Amino acid sequence: MSFVATPQSMHFPEALPLKSGASIRDYHLAFETYGELNADRSNAILVCHALNASHHVAGSYEGQPKSEGWWDNMIGPGKAVDTNKFFVIGVNNLGSCFGSTGPMHINPDTGKVYGADFPVMTVEDWVNAQARLLDRLGVTQLAAVLGGSLGGMQALSWTLQHPERMRHAVVVASAPCLSAENIAFNEVARRAIVTDPDFHGGHFYEHRVVPKRGLRIARMIGHITYLSDDVMNQKFGRQLREGMDLKYSTQDVEFQIESYLRYQGDKFSDYFDANTYLLITRALDYFDPAKADGGDLTQSLAVAKAKFMLVSFTTDWRFSPARSREIVKALLDNRCTVSYAEIDAPHGHDAFLLDDARYMGVMRSYFENIANELNTAPATKEAA
Amino acid sequence: MTEKSTLRAIASLIPPGSRVLDLGCGDGSLLAHLQAERGCTGYGIEYDDANVLACVRRGVNVLQLNLEDGLAIFEDNSFDVVLQIDTLQHLRNAEVMLRETARIGKQGVVAFPNFAHWPNRLSILQGRMPVTKRLPYQWYDTPNIRVGTFKDFEVLAIKNKLRILDSFGLQNGHVQRLLPNALAGTAVFHFEHA
Repeated sequence: MSFVATPQSMHFPEALPLKSGASIRDYHLAFETYGELNADRSNAILVCHALNASHHVAGSYEGQPKSEGWWDNMIGPGKAVDTNKFFVIGVNNLGSCFGSTGPMHINPDTGKVYGADFPVMTVEDWVNAQARLLDRLGVTQLAAVLGGSLGGMQALSWTLQHPERMRHAVVVASAPCLSAENIAFNEVARRAIVTDPDFHGGHFYEHRVVPKRGLRIARMIGHITYLSDDVMNQKFGRQLREGMDLKYSTQDVEFQIESYLRYQGDKFSDYFDANTYLLITRALDYFDPAKADGGDLTQSLAVAKAKFMLVSFTTDWRFSPARSREIVKALLDNRCTVSYAEIDAPHGHDAFLLDDARYMGVMRSYFENIANELNTAPATKEAA
Repeated sequence: MTEKSTLRAIASLIPPGSRVLDLGCGDGSLLAHLQAERGCTGYGIEYDDANVLACVRRGVNVLQLNLEDGLAIFEDNSFDVVLQIDTLQHLRNAEVMLRETARIGKQGVVAFPNFAHWPNRLSILQGRMPVTKRLPYQWYDTPNIRVGTFKDFEVLAIKNKLRILDSFGLQNGHVQRLLPNALAGTAVFHFEHA
């Protein structure tokens, strides 16, 4: 049984300038915290979320035992990221459908629901919004920023945008930017959504419908890319759903994998917002810290001051180990402090959310060292 | 090869404050020693999960990579010293790795089991492959796929245009400079590219 988590929300009236040139004001950020901030405010860890996750990182909500946070296996009292030692902050990004201001909320400029007019968000914008939340929480410098996948990109972005505000960056199953193949998958998912007759150009809320067909397909595509071929074969193989005979139909669900994907798609379309899916996949596409330096990641990472821990998984073909090694190389070129674990796990991209003794061992040891550091080296003095 | 005296003998070759890359760093004890005692910085390369974990636990920078995949991730002359301590004998491409060591490091230190150590010679004379404390495996299941001698390495070093700065044998943690090819279980070479 995990501990009780309590969602909180903070209002930010002042405008946040965005990378696109637009800005957003009067927004809310949903967040949760676990553990206690210590006296010198040096033990805070920010957890950045991935595509379809939120601020609910660990613990369960009161009276809802099945509502564990998405990284509850790693974060909590006595766990690898030990909330008895750390003050852990989970924050929901702008544009999400899980509590922070997003496309389904009212645009203060028009008094109408944002819908498709919600500004395009970038990883950098999210990081800046998170920094504002930390200001309010009184956290000048983070012990670490931790994130997997898209969360790892935010952690990386933190080291470039606010290098003085963090001591460690833990980047799991991530990449310095998406490959063309990654963007292609995102594009197919987005086309599935925007071509759904119920999408109405993103203003489907007014029509009181949800482009569920598009969301289902988007999720099915995503799901395929998060797993490995081996795991899919092991879980489903070529098993048929009912009996042993082929039905010779092209419409029915026949193979177990079809049934599984449809189930996952249905579930997702019940709770996820279509505009949010478009926004977040776009933020993924856009993330490319080396772009400003003509593609030279080494040059971009020259400003980073954090100590790095990177983890990748051998069967992850969406964010392959080769992509993590690109980050490692750029850090080595800059003589940064970095460790890198390449975990030989069978689960594909999803491995970063699962229990693997080697993965958890590395994470636990790394965070234990960060905790030990707190006792010996207090946080750097607040900048004047 | 983690006895204190062996560790010290090898560490003594590494200039204080060096930036070190340790290829096949094991549990990171040598790097930890170099950091603590000689003010060095650096990284270890290790493939084995348990060793990677041991390094992280020690606070030694470790990169989990397979040396057989090459070292393209490292730029030329980007380290003061590159170490290959008990690593060479496990590598399919030992010569390439030696050249890579010289490319990446301004200096290199290589240590490996000396197959010409007299107990090994005796065993061969008796018609059997040696099984000793230093080479504890049977011939059919040994991870030591490249067995060479102190003298063999000298030849390989010259072939690859390496200038040997120092070389000696190590036996039970003691430096052996007299007849190292016969009297030492471990060969140690300190070199730079000519």
